[in-house]
Amino acid sequence: MITLSHFLVLAALLFSISVAGIFLNRKNVIVLLMCIELMLLSVNINFIAFAFFLQDLAGQVFVFFILTVAAAEAAIGLAILVLLFRNRGTINVQDLDAMKG
Amino acid sequence: MTFELFLFYVFGAILLGAALAMITVRNPVHAALFLVLCFFTAAAIWLLAEAEFLAIVLVLVYVGAVMVLFLFVVMMLDINVAKLREGFTEYLPAGLVVAAAMATVLTLVITRYITMDAPERAGPEYANTLELGRILYTEYVYPFEIAAVILLVAIIAAIALTMRRRPDTKYIDPADQVKVRREDRVRLVSMESAPKEGKKKGE
Repeated sequence: MITLSHFLVLAALLFSISVAGIFLNRKNVIVLLMCIELMLLSVNINFIAFAFFLQDLAGQVFVFFILTVAAAEAAIGLAILVLLFRNRGTINVQDLDAMKG
Repeated sequence: MTFELFLFYVFGAILLGAALAMITVRNPVHAALFLVLCFFTAAAIWLLAEAEFLAIVLVLVYVGAVMVLFLFVVMMLDINVAKLREGFTEYLPAGLVVAAAMATVLTLVITRYITMDAPERAGPEYANTLELGRILYTEYVYPFEIAAVILLVAIIAAIALTMRRRPDTKYIDPADQVKVRREDRVRLVSMESAPKEGKKKGE
C-alpha cells in the first residue's frame, strides 16, 4: 500500500538533486533557474501528499498559489536574464560582479 | 505490491532519473527538455494522490507556458556552453556530499517518525475540480484575487524590463498619422502657368 513516507522521500530526494544541481551549475543562470523550478516542484509534491493523506483541500489550494507565484517568478527572472545578456553579453554568474565593493 | 505502488515506483524512478540528467547534461536545451519530462512524471504522481486538477494545470501551465518560455530564452541567447561548464568537476564532490547528507537526514527522519496510511479512495462521483473551485471561490477568494494581481504585475514587469527604444528603426506613430490634416501636407501656391517671354530663371 502506498504511504505518506513514499511521497515525502521522493520529494526529499528530488530536493537534494536540485541542491546538487545548484552546486554543479553555479555559472549558468538558466540552469540555476531550472533547479529552482525543480525545488518548487518537490515542495509541491509534499503539499499534494499531505492534502491527500489528511483529506484536506487547503494543501491543494496552496499548491495553486505556489504555481502562480512560480510562473510570475520565471517570467520576471527570464526577462532579467534577457536584459543581462543584452547589456553584458554573458550569463556567467562570475562576470556579474559590478556591485562588488 | 499493489499496482498503485508499482506505478508510483515507475514514475518516481523516471522523475529522479530525469532530474539527475537535467543537472548533468551539457546542453541547456536538453536540460530544459529533461525538466519537461520531470513535470510530466510529477503530474502522473499527483494523479495518484487524487489531485487531478493540479496535475492538468501543471502540464498546461508549466510544460505549455513556463518551459516554452525557458526554451525560447535558451535558444535566443547565444551562449558559450564550454565556458559555463568550467569548474563542473571542481564542485562535483562538494555538491554530492551536501546532497547525499541532505537526502540521508531527510529520509531517516521521514521513514522513522512519519507513518500514515492512505485514506479510502474517493468514489467515482467525487470531482476534484468542483471541490477545489468551491473552496477557492469562497474561503480563498481574496488570496485568489491577490494571485491575479501578482500575475498582472509579472506581465507588466516582464514587458517593461525587456522593452527598448530602437532609434534606427523606421517607425511612425499611428496617432500622428491619424491626427494629420490636409493643410499640413498640401500647400497651394498661385503662380504663372507659363514662363514670361521665353526667359527662364536659369539663364
